[in-house]
Amino acid sequence: METEMEELLEILEDLHPEVDFETCERLIDDKILDSFDIVSVIAEINERFDVAITAEKITPENFNSAKALYALIRKLEDGE
Amino acid sequence: MKKRKRLKIAGTVLAVAVSLILLQELLMPKYIYDITEGAMIREYYGEAKDHDVVFIGDCEVYENFSPAVLWQEYGINSYIRGSAQQLIWQSYYLLEDTLRYETPKVVVFNVLALQYDRPQSEAYNRMTLEGMRWSASKVKSILASMTEEESFLDYVFPLLRYHSRWSELKAEDFRGMFRRERVTHNGYYMRVDVRPAENVPEGRILADYRFGDNAWAYLDRIADLCQEKGILLVLVKAPSLYPYWYPQWEEQVEAYALERGLPYLNFLELTEETGLDFSQDTYDAGLHLNLSGAEKITRYLGAYLREDIGLADRRGEKALADLWRDKLAAYEQDRDAQYEKYGMTPPDR
Amino acid sequence: MLFTSYGFIGFTAILILLYYLVPKKCQWMLLLAASYLFYFFAGPEYLLYISATTVTVWLAACAIQRRGDRTAAYVRENKETLTREEKKVWKEKGKRAQRRLLVLCLLLNLGILAVVKYAAFAVANVNALFGAAGLERRFSIPDFVLPLGISFYTFQALGYLIDVYRGTVPAEKNLFRLGLFVSFFPQLVQGPISRFGDLGKSLYEEHPFRAETVAFGLQRILWGYFKKLVIADRILTAVNAVIRAPETHGGAWVLVGMLFYALELYADFTGGIDITIGIGQTLGITVKENFIRPYFSKSIKEYWRRWHISMGTWFTDYIFYPISVSKPMLKLSRWSRAHLGEVVGKRIPVYLSSFAVWAATGVWHGASWNFIVWGLGNWVVIMVSQELEPLYGMFHRRFPKAEGNFWFRAFQVVRTVLLMSCLRMFDCYRDVPLTFRMFGTLFTEFNWKIFWDGSLLKLGLSAVDYGVLLAGLAALFAVSMAQRKGSVRKRIAAWPYPARAALWYGLFLAVLLAGAYGIGYDASQFIYNQF
Repeated sequence: METEMEELLEILEDLHPEVDFETCERLIDDKILDSFDIVSVIAEINERFDVAITAEKITPENFNSAKALYALIRKLEDGE
Repeated sequence: MKKRKRLKIAGTVLAVAVSLILLQELLMPKYIYDITEGAMIREYYGEAKDHDVVFIGDCEVYENFSPAVLWQEYGINSYIRGSAQQLIWQSYYLLEDTLRYETPKVVVFNVLALQYDRPQSEAYNRMTLEGMRWSASKVKSILASMTEEESFLDYVFPLLRYHSRWSELKAEDFRGMFRRERVTHNGYYMRVDVRPAENVPEGRILADYRFGDNAWAYLDRIADLCQEKGILLVLVKAPSLYPYWYPQWEEQVEAYALERGLPYLNFLELTEETGLDFSQDTYDAGLHLNLSGAEKITRYLGAYLREDIGLADRRGEKALADLWRDKLAAYEQDRDAQYEKYGMTPPDR
Repeated sequence: MLFTSYGFIGFTAILILLYYLVPKKCQWMLLLAASYLFYFFAGPEYLLYISATTVTVWLAACAIQRRGDRTAAYVRENKETLTREEKKVWKEKGKRAQRRLLVLCLLLNLGILAVVKYAAFAVANVNALFGAAGLERRFSIPDFVLPLGISFYTFQALGYLIDVYRGTVPAEKNLFRLGLFVSFFPQLVQGPISRFGDLGKSLYEEHPFRAETVAFGLQRILWGYFKKLVIADRILTAVNAVIRAPETHGGAWVLVGMLFYALELYADFTGGIDITIGIGQTLGITVKENFIRPYFSKSIKEYWRRWHISMGTWFTDYIFYPISVSKPMLKLSRWSRAHLGEVVGKRIPVYLSSFAVWAATGVWHGASWNFIVWGLGNWVVIMVSQELEPLYGMFHRRFPKAEGNFWFRAFQVVRTVLLMSCLRMFDCYRDVPLTFRMFGTLFTEFNWKIFWDGSLLKLGLSAVDYGVLLAGLAALFAVSMAQRKGSVRKRIAAWPYPARAALWYGLFLAVLLAGAYGIGYDASQFIYNQF
């Protein structure tokens, strides 16, 4: 499990090396991630985790922090 | 506390209202020096209202008839409620308005206004309507006169109409806020200069020579109102050479006058009787008469009113005579000043 | 009815009065009646269109909600007996049924929009194609009335429908309440496109009279009229003089036209939105902000986050994301990563979806090629700046002080305004080849002397007008600067009474006296009307 979270952080840091994704909890509110970033992240997640995040899941709550995003991935993997 | 708040609100409302009213007075055109036609309608209200004859109509009345002559030579007390391009329904409502104050024995109406069946121009509407005091007649006149681009609210609050005049204010706008100088002599607009009429253009051919239904309807209303009040309505056509008076128009008016039993004087056909000479008696090549022209046809009209209609000579009434003494003095002063201005020698009288 | 007509002002004033007189429970019904009355004044035949959209969206949303509830209830009741797989199948079946309803309703309403707004454009293009192919056949160009604000209310209604489908908001069961959301009259003229989640609740709530809110609302309205009447409608005369006579207005004139248009559009559009939000506030209703000082943006991307925000987020949420994270797009992305390499593969979803968004944005603005080219022009600029990002990164690493430097930021702001103004030329000239030609004259005609030889006074604006404009723009700029530190109205409210009363009365007089309205001024329609 640890490795999946690390992989996610890697994806995010690839986009914005200057941001500390482990602690930041206002990625959307502070406009750190823009729509292009979100789409890239979703494509990467789809590639690496084989999870499809649909448009309705793109909400500030799900994308404001790496933790929230990770929780979303876990939920989708579980097929909820 | 509550009282203070109420005071505050009342104070604010008062300050806003007063400042807006002053602003409106300041921004409205005064029509004193440039286009005096805009000031004519309002002047009536300051008069002693005891007239034997009231003229209604456009420039063909207020530039062509001189009440001073009617008084001086016939003792007839008259007033002209004229304004530029006065449309026939405006004439009707001005008549209604006048009748709120007095009932003259004779109303003279100039028939050229029959040519317009629809609202024409905002600027002329303003000059006729703004000076009227508020009454049902004024409201109806506004509603009947507005062109498509106009709105009633602009008449209620002229500030909305003239809001951008702040950049072109002149001294007269400030002076005129509280005091307006007279611009007419009982509604008569005096000019003494001469520009002979030459090459008066023929009227262009019209598709339809019939006057519009709307225009006729208002002439009917004028005639009905006069009849109801026991006023004799006299139709006239001023001797102006232009706008062109078509024979087809003349026929219609003659037929109408006959049908309603109204006297009709066409001064275009009376030049021999009046002695009008268009090389002398017009200041703008035939559109309007100058003082000498106006006095000539006024004399004819005066004789007609005295002899044919039987209006009495009131020169013996003291109050009226006193009033007219001042008016005549102003009349002569204006005349002499104009002769001087145009560098003319007053004709021998 | 224009925002600036006496009719609109009177209508709104009466409504506000009644709104606080009727029982609080009836406030929203009064608003609905007023909105339909407003629409009736705009054109009785329009009522048919807006009612059709309201009813179909209401029906579809309710059906989607019921279908979803049914699935959820079934799964809940049979929690014990169903396997995980079976649950998934049930849910998917439910979703499919919901999707069918969604698509049906979307197609219907977009179909109405397409027919009234785009049929003429489509037919004209087909005819042109026939002409190019040497065919004689021509179709007659259909002529539909374009209902007021149809793009705005259609998008607003469809956004609500998609939200219900996504489960973001519950379906509104009351047709009339939904009717108010779709037709809320201050938004009909030029937006914004509100979301049900944002606007819905505050529309139906009971709003007791609060002097402060009403005062703030009225102040906002007044400020909107100031922008619109004193600045936008005045400068419009000059804008038209320049762009309506392109043959005699090349070179430096193009720059004048571009900048004047930028100011005019800003003052007109944000002024209109101020009036809309202000009316909302006066009624106790919160309408979301649509602009955050867009001309202070440092890049085009940022600009589009701050200009006409409700439209931008609408396109992002309902077009960009659904396309870019759709299954086919993800598949395509995978495939291209494998076959075309990482660099290309990564970019495919963003490039394709944003292309779709900007094409759609262009079309949304108007049924003609100049708008489509304008939309795609924005796309090109955004993509180029996206690709240049590493270069900027290098620059900032090399000159770390530039980031916070006032002059560098000023440069960025000016660059953004100029870029946007250049793109907007498509919107000005409404003719693609002409736009390119006029842009070319910027570099071939050197008539810079127009700036000082008095030519500017021949555009229908007098020296006094320019003076008023300058003063108005100075006020606009000062307020924008002050806004960065929070609500200006709140700060003014803390002033002593005579001072703030004088200020607001002064603003009122400025609108009254310096406004370009009434006879002698063209009562120009809001630029964003009828989109």
